[in-house]
Amino acid sequence: MRFSKGLIKLDCPNVVNELVRKLKDNVYTKFRRQGVVVGTSGGVDSSVVAALCVKAFGPGKVLGVIMPDRDNSPESTEFAVKLAKTVGYEYVIDDVTEPLKAAGCYKNRNDGFRMVFPEWDEGWEAKIVLPSNILESDRINVYRLAVESPDGQKMEKRLPLKSYLKIVAASNMKQRIRMLTLYHEAEKRNYAVVGTANKNEYEQGFFVKYGDGGVDIKPIVGFYKTQVFQLAQYLDIPEEICARTPSAETYPSDVSQKEFFFGLDFKIMDQLWYAKESGFPIDEVAEVMGLTVEQVERVWRDLDQKKRTTEYLRHPPILFK
Amino acid sequence: MEIRDKVRNFITDNFMMGMNPENLADGDSLLDKGIVDSTGILELIGFLEENFDIQIDDEELIPENLDSVVNLINFVNRKKSG
Repeated sequence: MRFSKGLIKLDCPNVVNELVRKLKDNVYTKFRRQGVVVGTSGGVDSSVVAALCVKAFGPGKVLGVIMPDRDNSPESTEFAVKLAKTVGYEYVIDDVTEPLKAAGCYKNRNDGFRMVFPEWDEGWEAKIVLPSNILESDRINVYRLAVESPDGQKMEKRLPLKSYLKIVAASNMKQRIRMLTLYHEAEKRNYAVVGTANKNEYEQGFFVKYGDGGVDIKPIVGFYKTQVFQLAQYLDIPEEICARTPSAETYPSDVSQKEFFFGLDFKIMDQLWYAKESGFPIDEVAEVMGLTVEQVERVWRDLDQKKRTTEYLRHPPILFK
Repeated sequence: MEIRDKVRNFITDNFMMGMNPENLADGDSLLDKGIVDSTGILELIGFLEENFDIQIDDEELIPENLDSVVNLINFVNRKKSG
């Protein structure tokens, strides 16, 4: 069989039936929990997971927890509410800005910004970006801090290690506060927590250990982002949710997942990754994708490197027995 | 101390904890062998800039300059002589 772009297409009815069966088995039989909570962000991954859970448990046994903080766009909450109303499950909105403030998230993160730009202040924009597109450059991707003053002055600098670690450690509090909130809502109801990570996020390490990674079940972790969109379409997720650019919504400025972590459009990355995992010859893949062999090699190498260097995140606690 | 010793010591002390430093050949890829990750690259850049008094431009962040002990030595030598 030759490589083609259509191979990544899922048999959605069968996949959904299987996911529903596994969700029920694990939540009811293995965990002995009476329903589930899902953190819903208004993005496509959490929307698909919420819709799958409603298929598995019925709308009365699913709670959507919407947890914006001051850096999120109001549109995200709007979409998450719309999804809950469309699919018909209960939801709560729990703004996590105050607990994050109390924990020192914003202060520590902003101190990290000021280590690079001393003039940075509340009201300025800021985001962390990876400058290179893997397809276009062999450059080693190093994080940069991009800021913008209220009067529109833009500046960008490479992040020194200490400020990078300070900013990331503070920002990761967001996912960890959300984890705490989800378990609070779940335990009040004797429910389990269902996670929303897809294959791209999980295997390449785009998640926070014991943050969004801290859940009981990860039902879509075996699916490329491209396939999550296929599931979204099959599950009738509202079009405006599917049309949004995947974003981390972690920093004051909006930053896409491509800019922040993956360095490549997921539509290309997923095809190349699928081809790699299926063992298709590199020259055939390059030809079908309209790329050079060197470009495909570069992406495959980057996938291997990201998987290897993020192994710590996926590792469960080591038990000395 | 020679550039090679400084670079090797930095890499073995910071990225090869618990490993035998003799397992690192000067030509080995630091990225492909999983010795240096994205955080490690930031640390490595800081080390080079501080210890050899050089400024590294973004265009210079390429494997040919940074991905092995040999490449690092040659890069530092080029920067210092340039």
